[in-house]
Amino acid sequence: MAEGTTWTTYDANKMASKEIYGKVLAELGEKNDKIVGVTADLAKSTNIGNFGDKFPERIFNVGIAEQNLFGVAAGLAKTGLIPFASTFAIFACLRGGEQVRTDIAYQNLPVKIIATHGGLSFGTAGTTHHCTEDYAIMRAIPNMTVVIPADGFETAKAVRACIDIPGPFYMRVGRGFEPPMHDNEDFEFTVGKAMTIHEGSDITIITCGTPTLQAREAAKDLEAEGISVRVINMHTLKPIDKDAIMQAVMDTRRILTVEEHNVIGGLGDAVAAVIAESGKGCAFTKLGINDEFSVIGYPEDLYARYKLDATGIAETVKELLGKEIEADEDWADED
Amino acid sequence: MPKNVSVQELKSKAKELRLNIVKTANFAGSGHLGGSLSCADILAALYFKYLNVDSKNPDKFDRDRFILSKGHCALAYVPCLAMAGFVPMESLETFNHYESPYGMHPDSKKVRGCDASTGSLGHGLPMGVGMALGLRYQKVTDSKVVVLMGDGEQNEGSVWEAAMAAAHYKLKNLIAIVDRNKLMIDGPTEEVMGINPIDKKYEAFGFKVIVCNGNDMESLDKALAEAWANTEDKPVAIIAQTEKGYGVKRFQGKVPWHYGAMNSDLFKEAVADIEAMD
Repeated sequence: MAEGTTWTTYDANKMASKEIYGKVLAELGEKNDKIVGVTADLAKSTNIGNFGDKFPERIFNVGIAEQNLFGVAAGLAKTGLIPFASTFAIFACLRGGEQVRTDIAYQNLPVKIIATHGGLSFGTAGTTHHCTEDYAIMRAIPNMTVVIPADGFETAKAVRACIDIPGPFYMRVGRGFEPPMHDNEDFEFTVGKAMTIHEGSDITIITCGTPTLQAREAAKDLEAEGISVRVINMHTLKPIDKDAIMQAVMDTRRILTVEEHNVIGGLGDAVAAVIAESGKGCAFTKLGINDEFSVIGYPEDLYARYKLDATGIAETVKELLGKEIEADEDWADED
Repeated sequence: MPKNVSVQELKSKAKELRLNIVKTANFAGSGHLGGSLSCADILAALYFKYLNVDSKNPDKFDRDRFILSKGHCALAYVPCLAMAGFVPMESLETFNHYESPYGMHPDSKKVRGCDASTGSLGHGLPMGVGMALGLRYQKVTDSKVVVLMGDGEQNEGSVWEAAMAAAHYKLKNLIAIVDRNKLMIDGPTEEVMGINPIDKKYEAFGFKVIVCNGNDMESLDKALAEAWANTEDKPVAIIAQTEKGYGVKRFQGKVPWHYGAMNSDLFKEAVADIEAMD
């Protein structure tokens, strides 16, 4: 690492060649002059700086002031613009959370919140900079669309897609140096439509964000052991793809959710609600941060600790396969 | 450009607004009477002289914007919009009622002519900064963005985040008005959480500061004219010295009348007090 650069800027620079947020936004900005950027002294870290370099008159840095960040974004949107507001996830959902709810979502404004350094991705920065609460907060806010892309390619797709979503949009990404899950952008991505990225019939893993690649790796490893695992990439947390969940329940009757988030209020709870409301029974486990503050460490060590890596996910799959469920062979025939 | 309206005409509008405030509080059952009455002159001057807004075309792009950052004074704001023709006068009768478009705090999705939903304090100035930036980027250089705040509201940190940004971005079309009525829910501002010297604070944050008597139309009109004519590359702050509850003797300067309900005798008394105003 070059002297004087932080891990964050180093990582962002490393990713500059890939098609991620800032670059895609700069490209979109050329076609649409309504797009503007707002940031709170994190233009470089969140990569929105790429857009700002290209359109200096269209980026507003409000300094270290996250409440103002989202208030200003709301005001910009009120004049007909499409503001992309970027900061770290923890500041987006909590430091400026009320402005997100009241100024942006209540007024149903098209502010696109790109929250970086989500989950455990800023590992060594410590717990103050981890964010395992945002799914719960953002999905409880009316009008909000919530997307958690699995990698930079999905991020690129989501950034393009969110322009056409009329209301507020929250996207959580990592630090930008997570290994890519896709090889390129040559795949279908529709907000609200889950992707099956590995087919299987014994059990289904439903996941989103950084753990998605790990879940697919786990499925591949388990396949070699004769365990057939379906992996669903639930990149859109809200509105959630109920059909994909119910299909998985019907087909595999065992569901494991995996998320880089507290097990309270996030993907697991969203999936659980769909299953519970359906009246169908299934074996179910939520894998995530077990309602504790995550410890400090390198992200890879943290993923291992919280079983969010391929090894931990595979272990949890085996545990869930051993779990008894009440047999009722008839329910599959019900409407 | 401000319209050619005399101080006397504005005074009579303010008087009419005060009557509508107490009437609406009666329809609603109760209301934020103190702060609504203190800012009635400011609202009247803005809507009947200064703001370039059109009730026939409330969304016209090159209009001035107004944000009632002290959102709890929708009790003054919505009647003012009714007098200005944005919403029907008779609709005020539904204020606070079940499924009414009007509650204690204004909802921009439901109140015609309302530029921003407010209620949580400290949100108006940040949105105003965003609007001013957005208008300037879109080459609308003549529109003002006016944000009316309470004085207790000055305790909110987000006000100062936005103040810093307003000066940094040299938003000369942004006008922040502080309704300095000196009282908040728990008591006098200087006892609960002092904000003095508020003029010096805005000055230090890079604003052009104008101090006026916000319950004296002549003084207020002069202050607004000066703010409108601002050519300096900085935002304007008007510290409008007012009295909470101004216009109704029983409410004037009384902490408990931040929010309250009137019985029929008190209502009559309030109407009589306002009608006796100059």
